[in-house]
Amino acid sequence: MGKVVTVTSGKGGVGKTTSSAAISTGLAMRGHKTVVIDFDVGLRNLDLIMGVERRVVFDFINVINGDANLNQALIKDKRVENLYIFPTSQTRDKDALRKEGVERVMDELRDNFDFIVCDSPAGIEHGALTALYHADAAIVVTNPEVSSVRDSDRILGMLSSRSRRAERNEAPVDEFLLLTRYSADRVAKGEMLSIEDVQEILSIPLMGIIPESESVLKASNTGQPVILDKDSIAGRAYDDAVARFLGETREMRFIKAEKKGLFRSLFGKA
Amino acid sequence: MSILERLFGRRTNQSATVAKNRLQMVLVQERAGRNAPDFLPLLKNEILAVVAKYLDVEDEMIKIQLESAGDTSVLEINVELDKARIKPKPAIAAKA
Repeated sequence: MGKVVTVTSGKGGVGKTTSSAAISTGLAMRGHKTVVIDFDVGLRNLDLIMGVERRVVFDFINVINGDANLNQALIKDKRVENLYIFPTSQTRDKDALRKEGVERVMDELRDNFDFIVCDSPAGIEHGALTALYHADAAIVVTNPEVSSVRDSDRILGMLSSRSRRAERNEAPVDEFLLLTRYSADRVAKGEMLSIEDVQEILSIPLMGIIPESESVLKASNTGQPVILDKDSIAGRAYDDAVARFLGETREMRFIKAEKKGLFRSLFGKA
Repeated sequence: MSILERLFGRRTNQSATVAKNRLQMVLVQERAGRNAPDFLPLLKNEILAVVAKYLDVEDEMIKIQLESAGDTSVLEINVELDKARIKPKPAIAAKA
């Protein structure tokens, strides 16, 4: 029985799609049969980030409506074994995600995959709520910034009240915090919320810290999940995050200010 | 400015500290209201309208909370009164 992992945030632009692409790729690299689904109906983008935009034939909505079957719609990744991409529709609107239809597709995916990674749209409308509803685990992507943290808190509230697990009185959704676009230098200067600040406020387990990095844009430019870039710190941070998600213990890396590190950490954190 | 002032003053003047404090304040309120039923804001407005007929009250002076423990829920309505602002006569009387 596969596990549905919803990548969510409330706020837009924090790195949900980048994270979904990296995490699903990382899970597949570790041998887990993984599919990554785009829930952002009408604003398809996961296909671009995964570099499969020219291979989309059928989409999520086609499968929900019975116009195509799963095998026709799933795109097999050419770089990583065990990885499949499930694109969404670019033309329909979000209401096309009919509840029974989505439920049927998710059940079929649960039977065929180890992990079903759902890339949630921003906001708290139908698409986002549908992705959240099916979650067994949720990765809450948060930037160290007030509006993002507030929205994450809101999403955490919804996970505990509006998920299928909550509705059926099952064990609660497993929640993980993924802090992205983190700048250790700015934290040292007191210009950015620190890891401890965000964790204290949201109080869920920290799965990883992804430093602000030029390699993320480079990865999206070329349609390569950033985790495949072994030279980039963001890629290595995602690799650590996936390992922690799977239960490994790994020390947090790339979280110290680079310049004047010792002096700043002595006086800045006082 | 002394070294001590610089060390301690700097931390509290940093914008990240301001951000954290503001977040903590706003989230306390939002979390409390999260599981509240949808009618609560409407109820609050109607109570406010009634109270305002007799007393000079403002929006933030009425606090409504619904707390649940086990099978029981308690609806708590608190109206904060400012003595100086109590109307000399009820509004209805004044109208006549």
